[in-house]
Amino acid sequence: MTLSGPAGPVVPVRTTEHVHPLVVRVTHALNAVAIVLMATSGWRIYDASPLFALRFPAEATLGGWLGGAIAWHLGAMWLLVVNATVYIGYGLISGHFRRRFLPVSPGAVLRDLALALTLRLPHRPGHYNAVQRLLYWFVLLCGVAAVASGLAIWKPVQLQDLAALLGGYETARRVHFFAMTGIVSFLLIHLTLVAVVPRTVPAMITGRARLPRGDA
Amino acid sequence: MNEPHRPALARLERRLFLRSSLSLGALTLLSGCDLTDGDAVDRVLWALSRWNDRVQAALFNPDRLAPTYPAAAITDPFPFNAFYDESDVPLVEEASYKLELSGLIADKAPWTVAQLRTLPQESQITRHICVEGWSAIGQWRGVRFRTFLERIGADLRARYVGFRCADRYYSSIDMATALHPQTMLALDFRDAPLPPKYGYPMKLRVPTKLGFKNPKHIAAIFVTNDYPGGYWEDQGYNWFSGS
Repeated sequence: MTLSGPAGPVVPVRTTEHVHPLVVRVTHALNAVAIVLMATSGWRIYDASPLFALRFPAEATLGGWLGGAIAWHLGAMWLLVVNATVYIGYGLISGHFRRRFLPVSPGAVLRDLALALTLRLPHRPGHYNAVQRLLYWFVLLCGVAAVASGLAIWKPVQLQDLAALLGGYETARRVHFFAMTGIVSFLLIHLTLVAVVPRTVPAMITGRARLPRGDA
Repeated sequence: MNEPHRPALARLERRLFLRSSLSLGALTLLSGCDLTDGDAVDRVLWALSRWNDRVQAALFNPDRLAPTYPAAAITDPFPFNAFYDESDVPLVEEASYKLELSGLIADKAPWTVAQLRTLPQESQITRHICVEGWSAIGQWRGVRFRTFLERIGADLRARYVGFRCADRYYSSIDMATALHPQTMLALDFRDAPLPPKYGYPMKLRVPTKLGFKNPKHIAAIFVTNDYPGGYWEDQGYNWFSGS
């Protein structure tokens, strides 16, 4: 069952297709939990010694106090890292990243962005437009930066080469903060788009999506 | 809306929305889990923290030195930090001070500050990293802790070295860290004896651990195989807290 382009022929009979592999669905769900735990506990840790004229409201944070927040952060990091290793390993080995996230060219990004902003960009289940692809690469990069800078902050002596690569302990703290900012910004866009196209949610759970009919 | 399957899908979406709302609700409940009331989630967090102790002990390289810095990099003024205000810093009298020793130590005779100064003195300029996130560079001078442990005949195969302090603080470290070449009984800050706010008459300087693992105003040292805990560690800070 193959699909043609965005303006493809109308499919006469409604049917479904696998669009999200099981590995992606499971790691996506676990990652959602891990990111929420890491971000909310991280905000509490940040508040103990803010880098900027910015504090996170205590109600939005996890852990109750600095010790609790660190316990959450250093506990949830195992879920994050193990899950991300499975996902990235799968993405690289299976060709998932290459098939779904490539190619992504500046021209295609600009074209799809213009279509999206004028609400003319169709959503095709299982197919990512150029803006989505760019954002997925962006959040993957932020994730790598967050883990690398997190390790550098956690182990600035044992992993001092990594810390030095990131500009030293104090700079690594800032890299960690901006990586979090990138991930949370992605998340806001991601959830907004899910709200705009809610039928993506069942597909992310069951893995199946109805075929597009050209009216999306 | 005129599609036959639409109501079923709408129901499904509502169900999913409800489920994710419940998940968010569960997350807000978790925010009450803060290591203090011993519920199931707290027990999991404590167990993960013990697991992180073991991972950090395995990661710890006894030959890996903390980076050192030039004198120009020293943070001035070096921040005061404790579980009490600076006005409550204990004032220890040198004349009446004796460092008590106990546990798996051959020679438990107490030490005066003057006696400690007769041992070989070393100096380091290293970064102090607080569990809160901030860091500051300081210069400490004193006795390499390994030299002192060997001198008193401590059992170097024991698991822990514990500290009790004049300000009621207490903490403990693993033996591998105690024997690290940069772990020292610091007697001086920069070129003068430690002022009270930095831990007179002595603090443990451990540049491979977070600041709260650097106890000040040390009054007693003991060597043991029984987990000694610590003031913050017993409340939930990770015990190993290695850098």
